[in-house]
Amino acid sequence: MLKTFSLGGVHPAENKFSAGQKIEILPVPEQVSVPIAQHIGAPSEPIVKKGDEVKVGQLIAKSTGFVSANIHSPVSGKVFKIDNVLDASGYKKQAIIIKTEGDEWDESIDRSEELVKEITASPEEIVKKVGEAGIVGLGGATFPAHVKLSVPPGKTCDVLILNGVECEPYLTADHQLMMEKGDEIMVGTQILMKALKVEKAIIGIENNKPDAIKHMTDLASNYAGITIQALKVQYPQGGEKQLIDACIGRQIPSGKLPIEVGAVVQNVGTTLAVYEAIQKNKPLFERVVTVTGKSVSKPSNFMARVGTPLNQLIDAAGGLPEDTGKVIGGGPMMGKALSSTDVPITKGSSGILIMPNEIAKRAKVEPCIRCSKCVTVCPMGLSPYLLSTVSDKGIWDRAEEEKIMDCIECGSCSFTCPASRPLLDYIRLGKGNVGRIMRSRTK
Amino acid sequence: MNRLTVSPSPHVHSGDSVKKNMYGVIIALLPALAASLYYFGLGAVIVTLTAVVSCVVFEWAIQKYLLKNESTILDGSAALTGLLLAFNMPSNLPIWIIIIGSLVAIGIGKMSFGGLGNNPFNPALVGRVFLLISFPVQMTLWPKPIESQMHYLDAETGATPLSVMKEGLANGETVSTLMSKIPSYTELFMGNMGGSAGEIAAIALLVGLIFMLIRKIITWHIPVAVIGSIAIFTGILNLVSPEQYAGPLFHLLTGGVMLGAIFMATDYVSSPMANKGMLIYGVGIGIITVVIRVFGAYPEGVSFAILIMNGFVPLIDKYVKPKRFGEVVKPAKA
Ligand code: SF4
Ligand code: SF4
Repeated sequence: MLKTFSLGGVHPAENKFSAGQKIEILPVPEQVSVPIAQHIGAPSEPIVKKGDEVKVGQLIAKSTGFVSANIHSPVSGKVFKIDNVLDASGYKKQAIIIKTEGDEWDESIDRSEELVKEITASPEEIVKKVGEAGIVGLGGATFPAHVKLSVPPGKTCDVLILNGVECEPYLTADHQLMMEKGDEIMVGTQILMKALKVEKAIIGIENNKPDAIKHMTDLASNYAGITIQALKVQYPQGGEKQLIDACIGRQIPSGKLPIEVGAVVQNVGTTLAVYEAIQKNKPLFERVVTVTGKSVSKPSNFMARVGTPLNQLIDAAGGLPEDTGKVIGGGPMMGKALSSTDVPITKGSSGILIMPNEIAKRAKVEPCIRCSKCVTVCPMGLSPYLLSTVSDKGIWDRAEEEKIMDCIECGSCSFTCPASRPLLDYIRLGKGNVGRIMRSRTK
Repeated sequence: MNRLTVSPSPHVHSGDSVKKNMYGVIIALLPALAASLYYFGLGAVIVTLTAVVSCVVFEWAIQKYLLKNESTILDGSAALTGLLLAFNMPSNLPIWIIIIGSLVAIGIGKMSFGGLGNNPFNPALVGRVFLLISFPVQMTLWPKPIESQMHYLDAETGATPLSVMKEGLANGETVSTLMSKIPSYTELFMGNMGGSAGEIAAIALLVGLIFMLIRKIITWHIPVAVIGSIAIFTGILNLVSPEQYAGPLFHLLTGGVMLGAIFMATDYVSSPMANKGMLIYGVGIGIITVVIRVFGAYPEGVSFAILIMNGFVPLIDKYVKPKRFGEVVKPAKA
């Protein structure tokens, strides 16, 4: 029996149309708009002004705290303006707009393809450098990576877990990265192991990617301490809590972080970025983005610069199909529906999913028939039907008692509900309110 | 460009629906319906048709004229209630009594609480128990299987294995002599005995269970808890005093245990939400059933047991929660 996490889970249609598509380097756009808030935590602060000349990889906005991230210019050219532009959140937010001129990289970046295996940086240097390079969780969570690498005093980490699960349907960016940049990911893993001072790393990959499992297993034999764990396909296996449970059978207690059970999780894409930052001195300013959908004529995996307009990626994948009803930033389970395709991609853009009209609409909501299917699928062992009802009625103390804050917003409950109840919509509302109440209490 | 739909995640749905589940249960009941038609023929046809049609018509009429809300008869739940009600009645029940039972099931059992999803009790059982109390004679006349294929009201009636056992034991007869007066276990398993129209054929009901488990319409918890607890409880009694108490197989294959455990107790609306809660509820039904059968005044107790446990569901749901992630803390290895 293949391993998986212990509670709940669903299996949505995988639809990995872009699987096996080679990563294609997208032409440098004529203009980029780089939002200053691309990560969880405090927005960064621009350090360039209108008219400044910048090079690829040059720092353009500075991290403003421990949980924040530096931002580097994805292109070379002139800062056109700093203005509020519509981003993937659906709101206008501050961004640095740069008009591209040529493609001149900062001299310190090693642009060669050569694999650098030897790790000379010390653990402290690694953590510092990861922070400087502006690396955030590339699986979509965008949590600054150096924060996770700084094990708090009193806690110990004994295993690094890499997320190569890509449990969201449709998305194939991580899959393709493992196929094409396997060695770099291996070295990146060793860098992370060194930083965390652990002997052991496990890369979790779902068994719908047998080629990646095989390829990575072959490579891992050349690197000490790295094992590949094949996992049964089950959503949301890419959730940190679920992945740790699946790989090593440890469950993080309610309200705690992975370090509580001695684990740190990073995504494989993030690991590649770490390799590039440490071994090649290249900060994070580009990433792999899957562009896919049922009617998309050329589902693809692109290497694109941060700040590239979504439109440009969609055009490169054959253009926006006639029947488009929804454009999603990310996957179908946790991604965000976009109001416009005229927004820039960011560090967290794992994919662009284009859905036809007929599946974009939600079904009619019916009364709850108490079938308990939402309870069965919830990976956190919650009672979604109840959480949604108490949230709808505004009974916040009850919502808190029923552990609404444990919800990881995976959407399995709404996905499953035969009455098509928008359970997660209500739960989000409840989480927002309960979170506010809890914070005001500790003040 | 066309306008983009913006809605919160998830953006895909399993495609499951209330309708699919209701019709799924109806499909799971088809083997039992076939058995019913085979053993009780004409009577089964009339009882089933009357109950299904009147349940659907009552629901439609109540929604149209009293509640004035949107009709839900197409979701299949009213037809399902009708089918289950029919399965819980003798096949020679007069049409007017069936209609009263349907009215009670739908009107009181379901719609008075606000329709599907809100009824605390299984509507078909509300209808059945109402009839049992109001028409005790008609509700306990049991047409003989096969012989009554071509008969309805004029079907020749006889005792059920349960009533043979109950009366015999009361008259001081032993279990072994009584067992010789009822059909063999094989015949009981195939459904060749007197009883309610749809409850007799254990084999057909079990096929329905397997179908529902495969289609993930229900989980195993409730049926296994009911059947298991009845088997264990009657098994212990039988071990203590084999001539005074019939064995587990007798209890499982007679009366409404299979129909109750598989189709009545598993009614979504009136059963608990957490797996542990389902087990407690199922065991409660099993124990109450045996207590009524063995120590009570009625030969059969499944319907009462389910209704009683329906009443405990809010309490069970309040105190029995699903197993939460991270509840059992596995400490990090040093
Ligand atoms: S969204 Fe929250 S409540 Fe719903 S299944 Fe996921 S964790 Fe459970
Ligand atoms: S899945 Fe939907 S219908 Fe079923 S119990 Fe949960 S909320 Fe109710």
